[in-house]
Amino acid sequence: MTFVVDLLAATLRNATPLVYGTVGETYAERSGVLNLGIEGTMYAGAFAGFATAWATGSPLIGLLAAIVVGIGAGAIMALMTVTFGANQHVSGIGLTIGLIGLSEFANRLIFAGGELQRIEPMPIVNPLAGLGEIASIFDQYALTWVAFLLIVPAAWWLLQRSSFGLEIRAVGENPEAADAAGVSVARTRYLALMIGGALMAIGGAFFTLALLGSFTLDIIAGRGWVCVALVIFGRWRIGRGVIGALLFSLIFSLQFRLRILPGFGELPFELLLALPYLVVIGALALSGRNVAYPGAYLKPYRRS
Amino acid sequence: MRISPWSTPVLVLAAVLITFVITAGPILVAGANPIEAYTAFVITPLTSQFTLLEVLVSATPILFTGAAVAIAFRAGYWNIGAEGQLLLGAIAAAGIGTLVGGLPGIVALPIMVAGGAVAGAAWAFVPALLRVRFGIDEVVTTLLLNPVALLLVNGLLHGPWRDPVTGFPESPRIAASAEFPALIERSRLHLGFLVGLVVILAAWYVLSRTPAGLRLRAAGLSPHGARFAGINVSRTLLGAALVSGAIAGIAGVSEVAGIQNRLTGGLSPGYGYTGIVVATLGTLTMPGVAIAAIFLGDLSIGASSAARSLGIPSQLGAVVQGVLLLTTVALLAMRRQRSGRTGEADKGGSVTGDVAAEGQPG
Repeated sequence: MTFVVDLLAATLRNATPLVYGTVGETYAERSGVLNLGIEGTMYAGAFAGFATAWATGSPLIGLLAAIVVGIGAGAIMALMTVTFGANQHVSGIGLTIGLIGLSEFANRLIFAGGELQRIEPMPIVNPLAGLGEIASIFDQYALTWVAFLLIVPAAWWLLQRSSFGLEIRAVGENPEAADAAGVSVARTRYLALMIGGALMAIGGAFFTLALLGSFTLDIIAGRGWVCVALVIFGRWRIGRGVIGALLFSLIFSLQFRLRILPGFGELPFELLLALPYLVVIGALALSGRNVAYPGAYLKPYRRS
Repeated sequence: MRISPWSTPVLVLAAVLITFVITAGPILVAGANPIEAYTAFVITPLTSQFTLLEVLVSATPILFTGAAVAIAFRAGYWNIGAEGQLLLGAIAAAGIGTLVGGLPGIVALPIMVAGGAVAGAAWAFVPALLRVRFGIDEVVTTLLLNPVALLLVNGLLHGPWRDPVTGFPESPRIAASAEFPALIERSRLHLGFLVGLVVILAAWYVLSRTPAGLRLRAAGLSPHGARFAGINVSRTLLGAALVSGAIAGIAGVSEVAGIQNRLTGGLSPGYGYTGIVVATLGTLTMPGVAIAAIFLGDLSIGASSAARSLGIPSQLGAVVQGVLLLTTVALLAMRRQRSGRTGEADKGGSVTGDVAAEGQPG
């Protein structure tokens, strides 16, 4: 019982950064821009959040700094792909290389050679505490509560039900028609990328501000790429992307727990971790020509 | 002859200068003089024999990955998976390298290189097949196979290949006859660099002087036009993807046989992604790739020496790489916009269109 409760709690916890990242990437892609800057944006969010929280003593100000950095990263991606009309995937890779480099550069300058600095991480809150052992599944960081109860529904509503969301989907599906209908393709994509960047950066900051309370190199370790996979796994739908994040996190948390049990230590857990990537590629292969990419995926828009 | 401000060499030089202006910010924050810093990055490594050779050592893996990426991009196949293909080549080399102890180097080395090439091509095969069969976008599939390859490396190192004596996650050392010999005594410069140059030369020849190269460039420039001209675009893309994967695989062989002598978890600090920087900066031409690889090798050696002499964290090297990639693609896109090309190659923003539009030889 304890094992299951513990596992489910860990699943929610570990899914949190993936939820932020996946929702953020969904916004970018639904507007027609594949943002491969996600890995670097999460990394920069993790570092900026930590460094600011360390300097000010306030994780909340750290979180704000991460959001600002994320918006900035989204704006750079928009500048590249919307204003300059540059190649989306090459721009994204450049953004990731540059942001990881810049974070590690700043890390070296600020925390040079000293011992690992720590901050007091954000507290765990559980409104259901006292309802028995099962309730401890909900021993979660505030950012996890915010992700599932606020961000996911709000992001879904904004994308699917608001007129702004309709504009995002329109410029991602058929920018010519959106433009003809009077929607500014550039402005909409800028906003979608900046919102997406902010969410990605919060996902990164979750590691430093909540989960670990410290910044270490390679802290994101490819989770940005996981989010890219989850967006496709979820067929560009927020709800399905979140379910994908929970499934991935369940597998991840399970292997982490099995690994320390006697008799399981020799199993090839790496294969288990590779599963989400392989599932996405397999799903793409099975859907064949029926994959419903956003219509303007990877295409810069220019009035002709 | 009038030199257009938008000609390729001018454009690339402008990208480098703009990058240096942008990255002067972090240098100033680090309390150093940008001019001194760039001198240390670019010039200092070229002034002693030891550092000059080290420049070539660090240029070696990205010669391969740069060529691999350039060939694929040229065909309009967006292979973002050079990192994973490199790791597969490294796995193959580490495996074969321990088995060929009884063979002389002249036999063992070609087997290893071929094995790594096959492994890299095999890793590139599935995304390429999905692209030409089902039209499934290769950007995401090639990218997602990179973490899978890294997990495969870690799985091997923490499982069957873990060093039985020390327990370190390192594969057994490869046989002495399987090691790439040093090109110059008491230096780390190894056979891999020569192999890289041969690959670049061969790729240049094929791209610019053979019908296969013409088909590849035509497919990248305009798939519809190429199809109209009777070119089998699917087969051309598949071929480009496999060759690209094979060359990236040899990069892994070169690092295992020339530097590490075994498979390690930290074998590649992102050489596959740096290959994208090299290919783009080299505007997808083979001479360009060679120059860009050596330039980035120079920067990376310069960045580590500037860390010691000027106290600028060496991670600035990665910042420069990222900014350089962004400024280069931005300038290339602006040039395309100026020339009124709407980027016909179905995913606009192609780097290929620019280069080919100038009619440059491969």
